[in-house]
Amino acid sequence: MSAAEQALVTSDAVPLSLRGPAPTRVVAGYGFWLFLLSDIVIFAALFAAYAVLSGENAGGPTAAELFDKKHVLIETACLLASSVTCGFGSLAVQSGDRTSTYLWMAITFILGVTFLSLEVSEFSHMLSIDAGPSRSAFLSAFFTLVGTHGLHVTIGLCWLVIMLLQVATLGFQPMVSRRFFCFGLFWHALDIVWIGVFTIVYLGAHL
Amino acid sequence: MGRLSWAAIPFDQPVVMIASGTVGFVIFCVLALVTVKGWWPYLWREWITSVDHKRIGVMYILLALLMLVRGFSDAMLMRSQLALAAGHAQGYLPPEHYDQIFSAHGTIMIFFVAMPFVVGLMNFVLPLQLGVRDVAFPVLNSVSFWLTAAGVLLVNVSLVVGEFARTGWLAYPPLSEVAYSPGVGVDYYLWSLQISGLGTLLSGINLLTTILKLRAPGMGYRQMPIFCWTALASNLLIVASFPILTATFAMLLLDRYCGFHFFTNDLGGNPMMYINLIWSWGHPEVYILILPAFGVFSEVVATFSGKPLFGRRSMVMATMVICVLSFLVWLHHFFTMGAGADVNGFFGIMTMIIAVPTGVKIFNWLFTLYGGRIRFTVPVYWAIGFMVTFVIGGMTGVLMAIPPADFVLHNSLFLIAHFHNVAIGGVVFGVMAGISYWFPKAFGFTLHERLGKAVFWCWFVGFYLAFMPLYVLGLMGATRRMQHYSNIHWQPLMLVALAGALLILLGIALTGVQLAVSIRQRERNRDVTGDPWNGRTLEWSTPSPPPAWNFSHLPQVGRADAFWATKQEPVAAEDRNAKRTYGSLHIPRNNPTGVYLAFFAVLLGFSLIWRIWWGAGLGLLGAIVVGLMQAWRTDGEIEVPAEKVEAFERIHGVKGRAV
Repeated sequence: MSAAEQALVTSDAVPLSLRGPAPTRVVAGYGFWLFLLSDIVIFAALFAAYAVLSGENAGGPTAAELFDKKHVLIETACLLASSVTCGFGSLAVQSGDRTSTYLWMAITFILGVTFLSLEVSEFSHMLSIDAGPSRSAFLSAFFTLVGTHGLHVTIGLCWLVIMLLQVATLGFQPMVSRRFFCFGLFWHALDIVWIGVFTIVYLGAHL
Repeated sequence: MGRLSWAAIPFDQPVVMIASGTVGFVIFCVLALVTVKGWWPYLWREWITSVDHKRIGVMYILLALLMLVRGFSDAMLMRSQLALAAGHAQGYLPPEHYDQIFSAHGTIMIFFVAMPFVVGLMNFVLPLQLGVRDVAFPVLNSVSFWLTAAGVLLVNVSLVVGEFARTGWLAYPPLSEVAYSPGVGVDYYLWSLQISGLGTLLSGINLLTTILKLRAPGMGYRQMPIFCWTALASNLLIVASFPILTATFAMLLLDRYCGFHFFTNDLGGNPMMYINLIWSWGHPEVYILILPAFGVFSEVVATFSGKPLFGRRSMVMATMVICVLSFLVWLHHFFTMGAGADVNGFFGIMTMIIAVPTGVKIFNWLFTLYGGRIRFTVPVYWAIGFMVTFVIGGMTGVLMAIPPADFVLHNSLFLIAHFHNVAIGGVVFGVMAGISYWFPKAFGFTLHERLGKAVFWCWFVGFYLAFMPLYVLGLMGATRRMQHYSNIHWQPLMLVALAGALLILLGIALTGVQLAVSIRQRERNRDVTGDPWNGRTLEWSTPSPPPAWNFSHLPQVGRADAFWATKQEPVAAEDRNAKRTYGSLHIPRNNPTGVYLAFFAVLLGFSLIWRIWWGAGLGLLGAIVVGLMQAWRTDGEIEVPAEKVEAFERIHGVKGRAV
């Protein structure tokens, strides 16, 4: 490619689709977007199962009897707040600011752990009153849907620790920044899924 | 050791023991040969740890060929059983064994033959057609392949250790629940498909990113080859539908392992929900397999007619319409569920509508051939055989899309004949066409032409002999998955079907002969130009086989059929003599992550199947450690010096525009 051609290809005159292979940063982010979409399809299947089975309590406890709205509201607040702090953390990563990266991401981590421990306390309470997943199809669907989200949060927290270790050992290399960007997408996607859980499972129980 | 004990090995079943003994012996001999000849370092370096999309594509296809033999031996067992077991005769396979055979046959043929064939072709061809150096995520590509191989290994282990599912290839509950299938058969099914399904999903994400984000400069969607378009549709479907499969299997696993009630008969479970969910994956899956085959036929027909594809835009439209509609027809797999006339009517009509874009495609191929200067090579044989066969299969499909007709034909051999009609006539013929078309690109010599034609005739005639009788038998009331029948008037047609299966067996054997003869005569059939068929797309502009970096300079694309266009342009004298300037290239370094992950995935899967919890923990831990090691790798690329690239291109006489 001559210099003139090179200039033509990168200028705005040429549509994006004709400019040749995208840079690695774009490719990695795009691939991760596709992964997130596929992950959301998994949740879609679990939501569908919950919608079908939510009334099948087989004589056991119903959704309205089990869910404590106040508890869930605190959970939601923690998770949504963690998305905000994760956003500030991502900005710190972009500007290569190590201290504020650690700070914001530590807050994100703490909020995530709080969310998880609230969820675990809810689950263990339900198990203690014989409202576990094998009690009825409704509870099977509930534990699977909410539990899968919780599992994602757990994986996200492990990933966050690994990313902080990567920053500590490798610094802000392009590879590390790309991964941090993907982590941000993942964390926000979990929020979106949680909005669905909150609306359909918890608020839906009181309709 | 959990549930595992010596009782898991079926010493009392001579058929199984002889079969697995033979397979074990062959594997031992191959491993011994590799060890004695000292081929391990070569295999490890050039294949097992390779992240080159071409090598991975070839390995996918080898895996599929191997599993075709396995899946076809199941078919032979079934056909011979049904040829014998009429009236008072019971044949030689007891029902519980026969049930495992048809379940394994369907599972293997779809997941471990058709899928790796299609994914392998896409892997090999896409970056070359798109004019780029590799897929978007080369290491992930290797991981995908090895996870598929891990699934294959688990399915085959079930032959010797324990049993396989007796539930049919989709493991419908409540039969597949613990209450009715307490053994490890369904667990083998579920874990092998979860592991290989993850591989397929990752490969779908990878190839989709490649098509959408990595194309040669100037290659917009209007210039993109048709095979890439069909691969785009197919991979969109993989990313959108395989997660449903994963989620559905996860729910069944929770039912089986943790006492959940998604699909059980009691405590509110809903078995029909499984059937709806699994077909929301299953119908798109049909198009995941057939669309790339349509792409192969489009390339083959255009190339060997010496014409651009007729109605390129309508072909692209038809492909994308099928991609969308494939999500709106799933219920036609179970009209008998009892959803009522409205719902059945909707899905019946949608099913008939999806036949329209398929019809458009058939006319496009016919009009491409029309007036073309057709060269009757092996791929063209497959293409024409496909068009005839697929139209019949398509029409029986539309017939069954009418709900009242389906109520009669549901679960009959008519249905079996229909989907083999489209699966063999469409997917297998397409893959065979693709293999003979791109083989010289992969290995640098063409396949033996006359033996290729013999293989075609065996499959073509064998298919009609084997499956046309099943249409008739289905109309006479013969059901699928039966191990024995009392009406002896069905036996003559069953014998014809057996003869057809034997002919296909001959075709598969001749494929082996064709490979052996072609390798022996490779010097005679050497492809020195890189363009043995006078091709139209960019893969034919590279030497055969292409170098690890595919293109030293990314091609500039001006229009569809980019390579054909280049060949028509007169080369200016100053261009011919101008020297290309070379820079060093960066290509991905070999990486053992995929094979290590597969090792731990097999350990994890096998341990979960047999409830060996410490083994499962070890497998999971191992996989995590391998993942972490990969996360800290910073030497992902190696540099190919400019002199090496230049020397390669001089030897192979690569011509290109001077830049």
